[in-house]
Amino acid sequence: MFRVELLKAARRWRTWLLAAAIGGIPVVIVFAIRVSPPQPGVAEDAPPFLFQIATNGLYAALTALAVVQPFFLPLATGLFAGDAIAGEAQGGTLRYLLLRPVGRTRLVLSKYASAITLLGVLVAVTIVSGVVAGAVVFGLGPMPTLSGTSLSVGEGLVRIVGSGVYMVLALSGLASIGLLISTRTDSGPGATVATIVIAIASQILGQIPSLDVIHAYLPTYGWMGFTGLFRFPVDWDQMRGGLLISAAYTAVCLGSALWGFRRRDVTA
Amino acid sequence: MTALVARGLTKRYGEHAAVDALDLTVERGELFGFLGPNGAGKTTTIRMALGLVFPTQGEVELLGEPVTRDRAPLARVGALVEEPAFWPYLSGRRNLEYVACAGRDRAENRRRLGRVDETLAVVGLTAAAGKRVKAYSQGMRQRLGLAQALVGAPDLLMLDEPTNGLDPTGMREMRLLLRRLADEGITIFVSSHLLSEVEAMCDRVGVMASGRLVAEGPPGSLRGAADRVRVEVDDLARARAAALALPGVAVDTDGPSQGAGSLTISLDGVAPADLNAALVAAGVRVAALAPHRDTLEDVFLHLVEGADVPR
Repeated sequence: MFRVELLKAARRWRTWLLAAAIGGIPVVIVFAIRVSPPQPGVAEDAPPFLFQIATNGLYAALTALAVVQPFFLPLATGLFAGDAIAGEAQGGTLRYLLLRPVGRTRLVLSKYASAITLLGVLVAVTIVSGVVAGAVVFGLGPMPTLSGTSLSVGEGLVRIVGSGVYMVLALSGLASIGLLISTRTDSGPGATVATIVIAIASQILGQIPSLDVIHAYLPTYGWMGFTGLFRFPVDWDQMRGGLLISAAYTAVCLGSALWGFRRRDVTA
Repeated sequence: MTALVARGLTKRYGEHAAVDALDLTVERGELFGFLGPNGAGKTTTIRMALGLVFPTQGEVELLGEPVTRDRAPLARVGALVEEPAFWPYLSGRRNLEYVACAGRDRAENRRRLGRVDETLAVVGLTAAAGKRVKAYSQGMRQRLGLAQALVGAPDLLMLDEPTNGLDPTGMREMRLLLRRLADEGITIFVSSHLLSEVEAMCDRVGVMASGRLVAEGPPGSLRGAADRVRVEVDDLARARAAALALPGVAVDTDGPSQGAGSLTISLDGVAPADLNAALVAAGVRVAALAPHRDTLEDVFLHLVEGADVPR
């Protein structure tokens, strides 16, 4: 079932469009900086690492990761996890999968695993595109860390890949929320949009200082924690929190999705 | 050996019982027609039998095994529930292949994959197999749905309104195909709201109305005995008098009573030949004499109205 899910995704235009859009982002960033280098201090809300790209192409990948995280990855999560069961229900194929028979538990777990895998592919596309575009235009070099020390090109690449892995793991919580919604409705677009809205709302709440107390419980908590990998010594605090909250959401939402879906009448 | 057994099968949505204490047995090898108007509970019954919807009460067995929340014995069952459904962005063949290899048992997945081409040929879709389902006509989708039900070489086929959306030629082809499959030994459970269709192909029929089974038996038995004849005569008044002179005979009073025309006569044991002789002896010229049976529609409407459908 997991393999069938990946095959199906590979034959859908929207998967390729999403990959093309996400893979194009680093190219656009690199091109823009080449044409018109940003002046430090001018744009205070610029994505992290933006100013370093002109000195070292590796930063193009990191900037791209930081750019796709707030919106593109939640969008992809909505499409892969939110649409997973609800989309099949809406199209009617859910009942034929269950009649094959595919066990309900196995169906939900396969959908979750393939959603995470596809998110991993998108993050990998971002990294590869960023490293290649950055290398071609600005060349690669050792990375100065945010704390003033320096990382070799190899070490830098390892940490960029590590950032990608962390981002996917940090997304797994949101993906489980999307899947839970997906098992409770027969509207694919509805579940997709609900997942995206939750991600955006959670990020907005995360930026309101007076809501400090709830920040650590938001599903998007610690999403930017991968920047800690580029400090010396590595700052694990946010990442630890991000992984913990993701694991907690996954346990609760995936468990609840399984419990509910196994008992639910499939009338779609 | 039974193909399907329902015992006290009930599905309630709030106060309303979509299926109400249904008892039903379908034997292996039968072509069973499940008849009823829309909303009678046919689809809900089929969904419960297939483990998609869970009963409020009662139980159901498929091929001798109980259908429970955790397990429905579906590996040997092929089904079409309401419309067929596919991934529209994939070709017909890929749709069959992807569902075929979604199972847990790899050997079974391979067996089904190996049957895809053969099954496409059975439903006559070999030429269109490479086209995306998006581009399929309603009839082609229906046939692809049947192919999906058949690809596992099932012992039992459960088909919910399989001729829906088909033109008369398509309906006839579907009936012939189902009859042929039944003759090859597959048990077929087919629901329909079209009486003529069920009558034309089924061995046995169950009639459902407002969640209950209101009649069951061979299609012919539902109509009652053919104890009435229709005669065509040149003089209705004289024919009526001659017929009523026979013991026990009654004549339907509707229609004209003078001149030439036809009469429906209840014989009550009198042989049709004796009626004919009596009419001829009275000087009536008989142009035709044929057994008159209620149409299945009459019986059906009678049964359904008798069940007092709450609306």
